[in-house]
Amino acid sequence: MGRTVDPWPSPRPEGSLVPPQDQPGEPALAAERSRAIRANALGIGLATGAYAISFGAISVASGLSLWQTQVLSLAMFTGASQFALVGILGSGGGILAAVITAWLLGARNGLYGLSMAGVLKVRSWRRLLAAQWTIDESTAMASGNQDHPAASRLAFWSTGLSIYVLWNLGTLLGALGASSLDDPARFGLDAAIPAGFIALLWPRLKDRSAWIVAGGGALVALTLTPIASPGVPVLASALVAVVVGTVMARSIRRRQP
Amino acid sequence: MIWIAVLAGSLGCALLKFAGYLVPGSVLDRPAVRIIAGLLPVAMLSALVVVQTFASGPGLQVDARLAGLAVAIVALLLRAPFLVVVLAAAVTAAVLRALT
Repeated sequence: MGRTVDPWPSPRPEGSLVPPQDQPGEPALAAERSRAIRANALGIGLATGAYAISFGAISVASGLSLWQTQVLSLAMFTGASQFALVGILGSGGGILAAVITAWLLGARNGLYGLSMAGVLKVRSWRRLLAAQWTIDESTAMASGNQDHPAASRLAFWSTGLSIYVLWNLGTLLGALGASSLDDPARFGLDAAIPAGFIALLWPRLKDRSAWIVAGGGALVALTLTPIASPGVPVLASALVAVVVGTVMARSIRRRQP
Repeated sequence: MIWIAVLAGSLGCALLKFAGYLVPGSVLDRPAVRIIAGLLPVAMLSALVVVQTFASGPGLQVDARLAGLAVAIVALLLRAPFLVVVLAAAVTAAVLRALT
């Protein structure tokens, strides 16, 4: 299994996807650690690939074509934004609301890129590829290996590649599966959508401020749903994050001398 | 029309990722920007959960989706993987609808 997804057979061919792992003045990466990192990358890829199956199915059940679904996984490639876009379009929301929600949910990837730029030190087309693969999981894996620059880079690239391939494969499987169903609601696919969102939200509820923001966002959305057009309640909930975030940043600044 | 949303959404998300590699660190590296970007998914995913659970046309409605959500939360508490969480919710709703 490991061999099929192993991105860098050794010896690494010239012009390989991955920048040299050992740079002058840095400690070399032990073979054992490098194996462990690749095994982790494959594990995360398989887990996200499995949930891409549900994305593919939900997207087709929401009225997107197989190609539209696949383009989202290839080009947007950030789970929460993809789920939100198809969820809002599927529930009758406007294009503008769906697109802006996807953008706002994807904004954090820009900040990940900021810290990854210093770790990866990539140029030209490799920089484009690195940016496209800059998501929660690849950034977390790279940060988890911060103590060793080569390990950090390997963690980023192997996780990025593993997830990109398996995420798109899973999407295709899910989309093909749902295309063969005649009535998705009968199979409870509409109930799968909120379950998908709560599963994405769950690991982010780490502290009290996250719970407050989640509660506030839910309250705003619930209040606005009967009066605003579809898609607007979710957009409005972003304001809760802005208000709480601004207050938190201010209190941090005040505490500093 | 859906293609416009797919392409515009994808382009924007890709550009946001790329921006992190282009913009000098100091522009985005402020505590408020960092905290807000981290909290945006929390607020919006939470809003998406309630909208997708209760919204029915222009109104709110309690139906099999809520039972599905409850089962999903139990699955998460039991540390079930993502696909299991989603499947458990779908099966719960489907069974409830078949019974009622």
